[in-house]
Amino acid sequence: MTQFIIRRLLLALPTLIGASFLVFWSIRLVPGDPALALAGELATPEYIAQVREKLGLDQPILIQYANYIGNVLQGDMGRSVRSGIPVLEEIQIRLPRTLLLASISLIVSSVFGIAIGVTSATKPNSWFDGGSMIFALLGVSMPIFWLGLMLMIFFSVLLPQWFGLPGPVLPPTGSGTWQHLVMPVIALAANSMALQARMTRACMLEVLQQDYIRTARAKGQQERLVIYRHGLRNALLPIVTVLGLQFGTLLGGAVLTETVFAWPGIGRLLVDAIAFRDYPIVQGAVLVIATGFVLTNLFVDILYAYLDPRIRYA
Amino acid sequence: MATLTRTTKKLYDRPVQRSRTYTWLKRLLRKPTAIVGLLIVLAFLVIALTAPWISPHNYDLADFTNARRGPSAVYPLGNDELGRDMLSRLFHGARISLTLGLTSVAIGLLIGVPLGILSGYFGGTLNLLIMSAVDIMLAFPSILLAIMLVAFLGPSLQNAMLAIGILSIPVYTRLVRSSTLTTKEELFIEAARALGASHLTILWRHILPNVLAPVIVQSTLQMAVAIQAAAALGFLGLGAPPDVPEWGNMLQKGRTYIFSAPHIVLYPGLATMLVVFGFSLLGDGLRDVLDPRLNRD
Repeated sequence: MTQFIIRRLLLALPTLIGASFLVFWSIRLVPGDPALALAGELATPEYIAQVREKLGLDQPILIQYANYIGNVLQGDMGRSVRSGIPVLEEIQIRLPRTLLLASISLIVSSVFGIAIGVTSATKPNSWFDGGSMIFALLGVSMPIFWLGLMLMIFFSVLLPQWFGLPGPVLPPTGSGTWQHLVMPVIALAANSMALQARMTRACMLEVLQQDYIRTARAKGQQERLVIYRHGLRNALLPIVTVLGLQFGTLLGGAVLTETVFAWPGIGRLLVDAIAFRDYPIVQGAVLVIATGFVLTNLFVDILYAYLDPRIRYA
Repeated sequence: MATLTRTTKKLYDRPVQRSRTYTWLKRLLRKPTAIVGLLIVLAFLVIALTAPWISPHNYDLADFTNARRGPSAVYPLGNDELGRDMLSRLFHGARISLTLGLTSVAIGLLIGVPLGILSGYFGGTLNLLIMSAVDIMLAFPSILLAIMLVAFLGPSLQNAMLAIGILSIPVYTRLVRSSTLTTKEELFIEAARALGASHLTILWRHILPNVLAPVIVQSTLQMAVAIQAAAALGFLGLGAPPDVPEWGNMLQKGRTYIFSAPHIVLYPGLATMLVVFGFSLLGDGLRDVLDPRLNRD
């Protein structure tokens, strides 16, 4: 197992290096002087010179990249063009809020997604199955930011109207209380819940055809135990993989959800930074999200190998 | 002996076999969900093609007296924040969305498929290089890579198409590589090689046609992904210029008036969902017909 973990870690390293190189290089897509782009148009000539020196534009690109990574590893991701605050500080404030949103969404989507998938698989071709699968496909088709907007209308306009309430049922934007979390979580979780329901259903249908399920039923095992202990446990492996990948996708989707609900996480930070051409923040936020995604995938792979020993030796 | 001759004769007398496309289409039309998907996609195609003629009003004409007004007899879906006709804008939006989807899928196809074939067929260092690049691109979750690219390239419709196209390259490369790996072990490839066929001939005549089925399926599903991603970029203000009736754009503009004029954000999202739903249903149906192996994904 240790060997597997080490091997997998070594495999993730080139991906991380490549992804960070892409982020590092991307500033060169901006027309004009990268130093000016990173320092901002309003910066003093001294600061621009300082940034230029730090970029080392006269040096070979690989040396520039090495310097960039060296700085990042020491916690120096540059300064925000707009506020002058170090990028790392901004991210340290914002990241936990995004992680909170993504984690709760992941829990909500897995609980409901797996439950719906299992129920559908145990009653294939029933009205529940058909209905929930159409719903699942609609859920995947829906733009999540649009779902967010619809939720806002529902909770802030329609519900109060129907029940004659004085104000919105849930606060439409902002953060701070658990009520602020409800709508962003629904919006963010819907997509992933739909995917997991479809995935769980497919895996369960296959597992339920196996001989050991028939054996379990033949020996008089309760149906509930057959489904959960013999069925779901064996179907869980691929589900876990999807679940792990979903966490990364949720981190990415948070960019949209946070924009809709003005949730002050890293996604909102990114979008605001783009509007103000605050490139150091854009680079920092993208780098952090991508790194998080790679590490989650790594963790999923290791978990997968732990759950299924066959994979370690493949 | 007599029976044998008769069978042979019968075989020769049989009418020309129906083409493969015909068989596929027939099998596809046996699935109700696929038919629904096909109808939705066709409907949007017709709308996109005929938008200038079926639009009841000029999509760009501002009628300030009717700004943010809900559905009425003259304006069936109401007016947007500048009083422009929602329905006409939606029709033109279909044009933009489908063009955007097709272009970005084409970009992904034209770059991703050759890379996948080369990687699978030749293996070795080339495979390692290509697959590392693919892994790096897949290190960015969902549309984050597109957001980053457009952020640096500058927001425009062209850059959005380009970014979404780039986003789909690794999907094709992975898919095609794995089918190439299985195809190149087939006997007919060995036969072609024994006959002295060049690599190019083998790739073009023997490998490519055999990896196309999953590519067609993926392209249909990828249309759904691209249209959704385009709407997301538009919503973040990273797509078309503000006055262009792109669905994501319309959502972004209408957001300000969400509580006073919810119809402005209702319809563009509904349209996006419907067309994405159509392509997904069609893609699922095609997968069952064209590529039974992929059924479980």
